[in-house]
Amino acid sequence: MSAGHASVATLPVLHDAPGLLGLSALGFNRAQSVAFLVLLALLLAGPFFLYPVFLMKLLCFALFACAFNLLIGYVGLLSFGHAMFFGMGGYLSAHAAKVWGLSPELAILSGGVVGAALGVVAGWIAIRRQGIYFAMITLALAQMVYFFCLQAPFTGGEDGIQRVPRGALLGLVDLSRDMNLYWVVAGVFLAGFLLISRIVHSPFGQVLTAIRENEPRAISLGYRSDDYKLMAFTLSAMLAGIAGGTKALVFGIATLTDVYWAMSGEVVLMTLVGGLGTVFGPVMGAAVIVTMQNYLAEFGAWVTVIQGCIFVACVLAFRAGIVGELGRFLKVRL
Amino acid sequence: MFEDLLFQLELGLPQVVLGLVNGAFYALLSLGLAVIFGMLNVINFAHGAQFMMGAFVAWMLLNWVGIGYWPALVVAPLIVGAIGVLLERTMISKLYKLDHLYGLLLTFGLALIIEGVFRNQFGSSGLPYAPPEVLSGPPVDLGFMFLPKYRLWVVVAALAMSLATWLVIEKTRLGAYLRAATENAALVQAFGVNVPRMVTLTYAAGVALAAFAGVLAAPIYSVNPQMGSSLIIVVFAVVVIGGMGSILGSVVTGFGLGLVEGLTKVFYPEASSTVIFVIMAIVLLARPAGLFGRA
Repeated sequence: MSAGHASVATLPVLHDAPGLLGLSALGFNRAQSVAFLVLLALLLAGPFFLYPVFLMKLLCFALFACAFNLLIGYVGLLSFGHAMFFGMGGYLSAHAAKVWGLSPELAILSGGVVGAALGVVAGWIAIRRQGIYFAMITLALAQMVYFFCLQAPFTGGEDGIQRVPRGALLGLVDLSRDMNLYWVVAGVFLAGFLLISRIVHSPFGQVLTAIRENEPRAISLGYRSDDYKLMAFTLSAMLAGIAGGTKALVFGIATLTDVYWAMSGEVVLMTLVGGLGTVFGPVMGAAVIVTMQNYLAEFGAWVTVIQGCIFVACVLAFRAGIVGELGRFLKVRL
Repeated sequence: MFEDLLFQLELGLPQVVLGLVNGAFYALLSLGLAVIFGMLNVINFAHGAQFMMGAFVAWMLLNWVGIGYWPALVVAPLIVGAIGVLLERTMISKLYKLDHLYGLLLTFGLALIIEGVFRNQFGSSGLPYAPPEVLSGPPVDLGFMFLPKYRLWVVVAALAMSLATWLVIEKTRLGAYLRAATENAALVQAFGVNVPRMVTLTYAAGVALAAFAGVLAAPIYSVNPQMGSSLIIVVFAVVVIGGMGSILGSVVTGFGLGLVEGLTKVFYPEASSTVIFVIMAIVLLARPAGLFGRA
């Protein structure tokens, strides 16, 4: 990120009112606390009004987008290869549940572990360059992982891993019932979301923001910016892996679609539509894009065209995204 | 052991030479990316889509208007370049004052649109495009292998085009303006050069290079909407390996990596689709600025 250019996701500094109901402990200001309570209410009421599987898909993508936003929004690194963590997380969770016979919580966890491991390696290579080079490198690394998945025997190639059992949570709760699984997915999403909020508002998160705003200055203050970037990258990759693993369990399938570059583009789009660098933007963006895909599925290839148009429109006229614009309108940080 | 290797290489030599053909496309495309990046500071994600458009325009010229390969080699890049002018004027030029990442995101969106439109129109199965009469005869005997004439022509044409680009940028007055504007646009503008127009034309030229490569590719690969998107990711890796500092660097890296890919097909075919990415990772670890890049 070169100095002198308006950086991605810079929002005006506003006076923050303290959070409500002890939510300031999570780093939330008053507006964010209200938004969080609304989100919580929607999470609780959602499955009684909407199809649970649709909501679970939405939550998996929301967590994926939040993980991606941790990098672009708070460290200023645009990863164009996040599908590698999402997809590999999915493959490993599916493999763990089906072949190793692990329980669902361990299967999801192994998705996170493989995401983190891949994140350390990919991050270690990619953080050597910044800006658009970083984006190109992550994209290329993800394509390498894609080809690996295409050839590796355990991924099932073009067929993917199918008929993955959902199993029983802790051996007790039968997850083949959609409602039961919904609460697990909602719990995973909420845990990931709160972890990211906590990270962003911690001293560690402040250093990340400092690196985004002015890396040479952060270095001159004694912060090893590369270590911080790698840490953030790994955390983001781990959460993306968890999101992918959860999605694999929900649909009982892990395929090449989730490691393909188009998936990396999709998560960028979700975050951009919702608002880069906002806490709630990625969730909103995921909701918008997943809903759109749901209703436009019958139009086939036009979905790509529409997504492209949204990309162009967002970049040209709507850079703050839905939540960013809303926050600007209400003069609060969301 | 050594003789074994030599024997394997002899059997695989055709693959290696065909690697050069791939290298020709890497070179042309990374050259176009570098030219655009030098002037606009934008990584043109739509480059693959514009490469595909070049191939499709050639196909349309032949099947709809009856214009053959040789005129298409000139006309198709002009048409796609004109579309590039339109894109640069209406959209990309609005982003120069913002972070460079927005240029990447915008052109990614454009690539999605272009690819989607072509897929709706032509399906994804691919259309045939015959090589011109002169180049479709019996293969040329190179002594150690037979090379289809057309592939030989692709390598020669790519080299010639790279050389021409190098000459224009390094040896002409226009090229001198370009290089100066890359260093300090405000100063060059103060001398009375119309820099915004030059930027537009640079983008058009880069896009036209991609379209030229597309026309060259049409008889080799079937003309299909996805032909650009997977190629452009490899070209990104090529650009990271070579660095975008020099034209010569782009060309050498492009051909070199094509060759390496060809060699990998001989010795370890499973890795041939990933070898360029692996090289990218190694280069980044050893020399982050790229082989020919300035830090």
